[in-house]
Amino acid sequence: MESSSSAADWKPTISQEEQWTLEGQVFHIYRMFCDIPPNSQSAMLELQRDSHMEYLVKGLRHLGPSFSVLDANRPWICYWILHSIALLGESVDVALEHNAIDFISRCQDQHGGYGGGPGQMPHLATTYAAVNSLITLGGHKSLASIDRGKIYSFLRRMKHTSGGFSMHDGGEVDVRACYTAISVASVLNILDEELVQGVGNYILSCQTYEGGIAGEPGSEAHGGYTFCGLATMILINEVNRLNLASLTDWLVFRQGIEGGFQGRTNKLVDGCYSFWQGGAAVLIQRLHAVTGSTSSELSDDEDSPDQGEGQQSDDELNSSSSPVNFIKRHTKTEPLLQSQALQQYILLCSQVEGGFRDKPGKSRDHYHTCYCLSGLAVAQYSWSKDADSAPLPGSLLGPYSNLLEPVNPLHNIVLEQYNEAREFFSSASTL
Amino acid sequence: MLGRIDRGEVRIIGVDGMDSDEDERQLLPLSQRPEWSDVTPVPQNDGPNPVVPIAYSEEFTEIMGYFRAVYLADERSLRALHLTAEAINFNAGNYTVWQFRRLILEALNADLHEELGFVEQHASKNSKNYQLWHHRRWLVEKMGTEAAVGELEFTKKIFLNDAKNYHAWSHRQWVLQNLGGWEDELAYCNELLEDDIFNNSAWNQRYFVITSHPGLGGIEATLDSEVNYTIKSILIKPENESPWRYLRGLYKNNMQSFVTNPKISTLCLNVLTSKVNPVFALSLLLDLISNGFEPNKDLKNAIEAVIPESNSQNSDISVTICAILEIIDQMRVNYWRWRKNNLHSQVAEGVANLHIH
Repeated sequence: MESSSSAADWKPTISQEEQWTLEGQVFHIYRMFCDIPPNSQSAMLELQRDSHMEYLVKGLRHLGPSFSVLDANRPWICYWILHSIALLGESVDVALEHNAIDFISRCQDQHGGYGGGPGQMPHLATTYAAVNSLITLGGHKSLASIDRGKIYSFLRRMKHTSGGFSMHDGGEVDVRACYTAISVASVLNILDEELVQGVGNYILSCQTYEGGIAGEPGSEAHGGYTFCGLATMILINEVNRLNLASLTDWLVFRQGIEGGFQGRTNKLVDGCYSFWQGGAAVLIQRLHAVTGSTSSELSDDEDSPDQGEGQQSDDELNSSSSPVNFIKRHTKTEPLLQSQALQQYILLCSQVEGGFRDKPGKSRDHYHTCYCLSGLAVAQYSWSKDADSAPLPGSLLGPYSNLLEPVNPLHNIVLEQYNEAREFFSSASTL
Repeated sequence: MLGRIDRGEVRIIGVDGMDSDEDERQLLPLSQRPEWSDVTPVPQNDGPNPVVPIAYSEEFTEIMGYFRAVYLADERSLRALHLTAEAINFNAGNYTVWQFRRLILEALNADLHEELGFVEQHASKNSKNYQLWHHRRWLVEKMGTEAAVGELEFTKKIFLNDAKNYHAWSHRQWVLQNLGGWEDELAYCNELLEDDIFNNSAWNQRYFVITSHPGLGGIEATLDSEVNYTIKSILIKPENESPWRYLRGLYKNNMQSFVTNPKISTLCLNVLTSKVNPVFALSLLLDLISNGFEPNKDLKNAIEAVIPESNSQNSDISVTICAILEIIDQMRVNYWRWRKNNLHSQVAEGVANLHIH
């Protein structure tokens, strides 16, 4: 982003100054990396598994008083930690697992859904976090602790006249609410026409002129909401209604010169978007595999009356019609994200001794640890033909021990646990 | 971030002005305040061995214990209102407390202006909190159009420190759309873009104004002036992605004008021949050509001159553009290759699309 303009007396704007400062810090790290001997380089690229585990398990056991500001997000903290541990291919001991199931159950509201802590109102985001945590823990006791029937009535209660969902009774309506509701309903096998009704229209109204998706109609295209909107549209099987050409174009331009992703145009990169944007890039990549990569979604027209389904054979339509098959599809296409550059940013700029951070100069936290690791997993497997086949040797940055578990990017749950849950809930009785 | 209570702020929580005696009493632990003597705090049901246990301060534990008691009793009283303020001071992310506070405010028919002040205090501490903005929207909706001017000023104040605050922009758009106050909004966008032409939130707001302002006549009516403004902005900083996306957005539903307006191709030619970052110009040209635009000789030469050695045998200029982008835009090499491989369907679609109009 070097200044190239005519005016010699150009005064850099705030955006430029912030960007240049960050580039300075990041390239300082990369230069240092280039200047050290190869064995030190591989040490620098190594995923510090032990210190990450230590940081994560410690968080499960104890959080200091400063965490009081996250007192309405405790299922989230559980998910960030448990998912990170699962990505590392590790698990918690039996006692801790038991305690986690017990605690999360105490966040379950008597009328359905999970709140931010025991006794708090049920909330869609913490319901998503609780359900994903329990699936990540896995096993009969954990999965059976989820009251699907009551969650279904909670989801119905949160349905908003706009077609979207409210986060909680009297809560805000946005794309996050749509995603967390639909993700939970889909994975628990309770998704039906009543829940889906109007969701597609709502998400569509949030796709902006830039191509990405905003939190609400009119707002700015944003990485978190783009992931949520895109995953939702896939889960309800209406993804071809989005303008995927402009979404893809916006998305690929969010990967910065630093290798990481920014959340919005002209904002700074942040490690957490490694998953939000990186995950969306992988979803798009799979979509192209599903639709044969030549259908009209690649065109730039936004008002074709044909939604692009006309060019798909029946076979393709059928096989892509469920999210399970969507994830199982072979992908023929190359990743849309620059996988090596992303892994480099995560490992060299976001990784700290135990945990991950937004960017150099920031502190670690469980949120960034979860989404940096999720993004790293997505990048590592982005060249794989199947969601669960081991990546090609060249696609992994750093030693082979860096390899994480593959995820189902639609829900951001480790694939093995997702499959277990899928099986468990598909054989569960219908409501 | 530490959620420590600033006792000084308790003063502004009242719905009716509290006197200093009341201030003094607020400094005492709840268990020692006479007005709470009839209430037994309800402990948090964390179970015997909770995970992610937070080492709450004594004050936090006490206040939340009393909060649970009044919440469970559904006590919509003045003292409960004051209690929610103390709980919010400790953790402004507790949506249950905020929601209960709204029920109380309604039950007490409270002074909403005072409540705006309460929210403002919190916004100045942490302006990136969903609950606070949701609460403010609820308040302002109750107050109606009289609140518009104040809300526009309030968000302006937030933008002084953080011109890209996502919540504040959503709030401002909601206010404009529901309560009005559009008159100076385009001028405000100009002002922000003059400060920072890279501020994409301001570009997004500009698009919102152009498309939603009831008095401007929509995109069709403003297209010419907007295109001129955008082209001027691009020429100031051609490496700035925001106006390029904005320009493309102006033609979102009007491909034909996009392809036939000579200003667009001239812009691309200007940028390509001025030795600045050509990625956005090439990308825009690719879109133009995909939609049926045919570049003239000058433009073709300018494209090929970006990388002279790539001076390809390709008769298809789109292929040349993709090939150049694969080289100069390494981060997106796979994307450009993928665009190249799908060019045929794109041109076909684009042309077909033109016939529809």
